[in-house]
Amino acid sequence: MLGNPTFEKITEAVSRIVERKPTRWWYGLFSVSVALTLMLVANLVYLFWEGTGIWGLNNPVGWGWAIVNFVFWVGIGHAGTLISAILFLLRQRWRTSINRFAEAMTIFAVICALLFPAIHVGRVWVLYWVFPLPNQMSMWPNWRSPLLWDTFAVGTYFTCSLLFWYVGLVPDLATLRDRAKSKIRKIMYGLFSLGWRGGNRQWKHYELAYLVLAGISTPLVLSVHSIVATDFATSLLPGWHTTIFPPYFVAGAIFSGFAMVMTLSLIARKVFNLEDIITPRTLERMNKIILVTGMMVGYAYSMEFFIAWYSGNEYERFAFINRAFGPYAWAYWIMVSCNVIVPQLFWFKRLRTSIPVMFVASILVNVGMWFERFVIVVTLSRDFLPSSWDYYSPTIYDIMIFVGSFGLFFTLFLLFLRYLPMVAMSEVKGVLPQADPHHSHAGGHQ
Amino acid sequence: MRSIFKPLRGLVLAEFESSAALLDAARKVREAGYEKFDCHSPFPVHGMDEAMGLKRSPLGYVVGVVGSLGLLGMLGLTWWTSAVDYKFLISGKPFFSWQAYIPILFAITVLCSAFGAFFGMLSLNQLPRLFHPIFNSERFAKVTDGGFFVSIQSDDPSYDENKVVAFLQSIGGRNVEVVNGD
Repeated sequence: MLGNPTFEKITEAVSRIVERKPTRWWYGLFSVSVALTLMLVANLVYLFWEGTGIWGLNNPVGWGWAIVNFVFWVGIGHAGTLISAILFLLRQRWRTSINRFAEAMTIFAVICALLFPAIHVGRVWVLYWVFPLPNQMSMWPNWRSPLLWDTFAVGTYFTCSLLFWYVGLVPDLATLRDRAKSKIRKIMYGLFSLGWRGGNRQWKHYELAYLVLAGISTPLVLSVHSIVATDFATSLLPGWHTTIFPPYFVAGAIFSGFAMVMTLSLIARKVFNLEDIITPRTLERMNKIILVTGMMVGYAYSMEFFIAWYSGNEYERFAFINRAFGPYAWAYWIMVSCNVIVPQLFWFKRLRTSIPVMFVASILVNVGMWFERFVIVVTLSRDFLPSSWDYYSPTIYDIMIFVGSFGLFFTLFLLFLRYLPMVAMSEVKGVLPQADPHHSHAGGHQ
Repeated sequence: MRSIFKPLRGLVLAEFESSAALLDAARKVREAGYEKFDCHSPFPVHGMDEAMGLKRSPLGYVVGVVGSLGLLGMLGLTWWTSAVDYKFLISGKPFFSWQAYIPILFAITVLCSAFGAFFGMLSLNQLPRLFHPIFNSERFAKVTDGGFFVSIQSDDPSYDENKVVAFLQSIGGRNVEVVNGD
């Protein structure tokens, strides 16, 4: 926290964003996002009408951009839970300034992620078959399938993130309720703050509930992406049955998620003048995490190569040489440059603390992480039999649906910025020096 | 449930300067023998449970029970659907191959625990509750901003309006006000 603000200053700085009329910037970005979302909807309607044949899928590559985008969006979501839950358990106080919109990012990213497995199935209207619902065919889901594990893992992840986010929001919604001027605001914030009174008898249960939700979300982050990795790793295809997949996917998810939080928080602190709350120290710490997880991803890339050679399996070896020097070498080297080389900049304090450098780097990391999933999927285009080899390329519908999912994400995110407090006020207040009753200057507000 | 059948008549509200003053006041209110009181602050104050003499929240047990029930329920469902109701031989694997069900069992346990934590917290706090006499105080809006308040409720056994007002003033409470429930 910079400039040792009072409690009232924090309330003012955060609530003002929600209470003022949005800026032209907000309207501009919102119209673009809504337009992209409408494009997504139109594409989905066409997809449901026509079938997945409109995508660039071919015989060796049976699940193209849908799974790439699914893993990409789930990965983005992970930093939110990591920042909220794991850093909370580790008593890392710097998380308070960024955890709220990191959590919001998680929820919106998981919504985008859930879209892709739902639409890829072809017959979307029988999607409920993945749930164990009694029916006249007495048909039950196959509990042995990693794709079903996905349904349960990602669904649970979404629900838990939503509950965790909402519990954290309740005291701040009460703040907005108490400041509300118009009738509609009073009613809406009054309903959603559930009658919160800030009494210690409430805080007691509240704090334990928050701790429990943080505690159970932590193993959930690790398990969800391990299960997503298992979608790939249980197959017999060369390049797809490596045991390193679960830890490697988890590290990659945290890596890309932190990069996305970085991009969003840099924009938010600039547009909404939150420089005092989201401090350069917080940003520097996030860059250190990006550096660490980036090197874990780099280690996984090299280890995959090593094992491909060491296994002595010629198909496995071919798959990896083909990744680096085959028809998709361009994607592979984009991935390596963005994910392994770019984070190395953060070894230098000057670059780690420079806003323009970290902004560009965070975007490049997300580009790189998208290409990582792309590279893994298009490895399929050259499997055991050269006669079935093909070159996979996306169609315009693949591209429009992917771009449209960004529209959906940003629409939800901009609505969040407009109507909900983007910084956890009660938590930021709780870590101020004067909040501690045993602090030497605790005689009153500064 | 008490609050539904017998509406709270009122309470006395006093404002304090800082979290340290609130902690001190909580100790004094408790020592004076009041039971139905609460300390309101914009964030949880460290050490307040001890000062108010509150026991640990039982929420942990709620979460444990609900989570375990979820686990057992799902274990039963996977067993019944795959080994009893509709046996389906997949690659010669056992009908009830519980090892493969662990990811789902884990996810359902976590899901039920999360619901237990959320709804357990709400019911222990008697939320959602949209009306409370305390909201009749104009000044109380400050509690979610930067205010620290002590409230002593009228259903306290040793409640006597004038005495409570004088007591809260004597321990350093400012702007002491009587808030009526209707």
